[in-house]
Amino acid sequence: MSEFSVVIEHLTKRFGTFVAVDNVTLNVGKGEIFGFLGPNGAGKSTTIRILCGLLAPTSGKAIVAGYNVASDPELVRANIGYMSQRFSLYDDLTVAENIDFFSGIYGVAKDKRPIRKQYALDMSGLVGREDSMTRTLPGGLKQRLALGCAILHEPPIIFLDEPTSGVDPIARRSFWDLIYQLSEAGQTVFVTTHYMDEAEYCHRLALMYKGKMISLGTPAELKQALGKGSMEEVFVESIEREEAASV
Amino acid sequence: MNFRRWWAVTRKEFLHIVRDPLSLYMALAIPLLLLLLFGYALSLDVDHVPTAVYDLDRSSASRELIEQFKGSRYFDIVASASTPDELNAAIDRGKAIIGVVIQPGFGSDLKGGREAKVQLILDGSDSNTASIALGYAQSLVTLYGIEVRAIARERLGAPKVNSIDTRIRVVFNSDLKSRNYIVPGLIAVILMIIAAVLTSLCVAREWENGSMEQLLSTPLRPVEFLLGKLAAYFAIGMIDMVICIVTGVFLFEVPLRGSAVLLIASSALFCFGALCWGILLSTITRNQVIAYQLSMISSFLPAFLLSGFIYSIDNMPPVIQLVSRIVPARYFVTILKGIFLKGVGIQILWAELLALLLYGSIVFFIAVRKMRAKVA
Repeated sequence: MSEFSVVIEHLTKRFGTFVAVDNVTLNVGKGEIFGFLGPNGAGKSTTIRILCGLLAPTSGKAIVAGYNVASDPELVRANIGYMSQRFSLYDDLTVAENIDFFSGIYGVAKDKRPIRKQYALDMSGLVGREDSMTRTLPGGLKQRLALGCAILHEPPIIFLDEPTSGVDPIARRSFWDLIYQLSEAGQTVFVTTHYMDEAEYCHRLALMYKGKMISLGTPAELKQALGKGSMEEVFVESIEREEAASV
Repeated sequence: MNFRRWWAVTRKEFLHIVRDPLSLYMALAIPLLLLLLFGYALSLDVDHVPTAVYDLDRSSASRELIEQFKGSRYFDIVASASTPDELNAAIDRGKAIIGVVIQPGFGSDLKGGREAKVQLILDGSDSNTASIALGYAQSLVTLYGIEVRAIARERLGAPKVNSIDTRIRVVFNSDLKSRNYIVPGLIAVILMIIAAVLTSLCVAREWENGSMEQLLSTPLRPVEFLLGKLAAYFAIGMIDMVICIVTGVFLFEVPLRGSAVLLIASSALFCFGALCWGILLSTITRNQVIAYQLSMISSFLPAFLLSGFIYSIDNMPPVIQLVSRIVPARYFVTILKGIFLKGVGIQILWAELLALLLYGSIVFFIAVRKMRAKVA
């Protein structure tokens, strides 16, 4: 069990009669970059929010960093970094003040704070701009700062919910370089996206559609299984097959 | 409860406040503005009542009675009517609130020991002013009658008659100035509005800009989060409180007879409860506009109407009296009047202080529970 960062078994989440997540089972290994691919409303964000302890599952089990999200959400929260779709920085605080705030609420040890702050500034490319108001930063830098703030406490698992929405392609590319660095350092990255090029960057992928996981594997495996050349074709073909099967 | 996490939130909240100077100025200026506005405009003292007279007698006695009205600070003669229509017109147009009609034969009846007739006509559309003015006018006319008769009797050689001598001592507000009890009450109303409105935005804002989800994914606990927010706004609430007290004492010359320490301590207790109320609304609605409007209505109306600030709770229907018991401003108004005007201490006000503590704790507890429920 210990080689997995995230273990999901028969996870289901219902909102009234609507099934947002339908019986999903998967494991994510340590240091893996695991992608959640699917159209809007497929249940990607809901799953991530369950894994972060923001939502309680209706049934099934989810273990994150060795803790059950339903029974030990506080221990889960101490071991994860989460970055939501909207970069949750405070626009009216400076770069340094945002870092200090998150450092405080993540409970980063006092002697480690300067090091982690420097790390966050380095990785977001904001050295020298500590006193800039966050609202004045371009989207790409804001996104990197948001990631930096979410990993100040060096969590073993990082959840990124559509981290690159609304960011230009170059900034996206360099953001993925960051994700690779984290993965190489042994941190597990769980990322949702609807960009096909980003899907290619993931070690393994789960295709989500209408709450169900319709396929799982490395990008190469998925393409091979359907005999397709690109992730986009895999994506469209998988959904069409799923639609045909459900009719 | 982790002190470091709490402090991180408090510090951030202070930064939000100083980065938004307009809101900060408003938070500090509005209480002063309200206090000045209500303090000057809201006077329940009735004097200089515009009065119209219609003298049908035109005797020396009737003229003397009119002089009595002129000499009183409670009445200003604004019209001397010579026909009934003129008198009615003065009251209809709102030029006069009270009309004094001295009937023909008033002077001779008075001297002759018969019933002398004076008619008072009142504009009852403002019933409060009318009934107070009526009281003044009645006692003025009666006293005048007694005086005239006594002089007449003495002239006839009758022994001097002593009537009942009433000695009046008004305690606590000896000048019976309405401002003295309105200003302490106003402080409660203003503090309730400001505190509830200030915090009503702060949690909803986090939901609206998406930062709440981020915070909920961290080890930060609801108690730490809410206490952090409270601490920052508590500072502003207490500054407002001091502004109100200083204005009340030095500008409106309301006597502060009791302990200033107790005043500050009870204000802190009240401020805590009012801030918690705003936070609770903000937590439940998650929407700044709705939370703001709810906090405005739910703080202003009960504090104004059900606190006993102007309208005496004892005169309300029993059901409303019962409802007023859950209005924290009610207890604070009692405390403020007690400390300001009566100079009483904790041995008399302990029950009200306890009620405020209870209110704050219960509302805070519910807010924390609601936050937790949102997490799960």
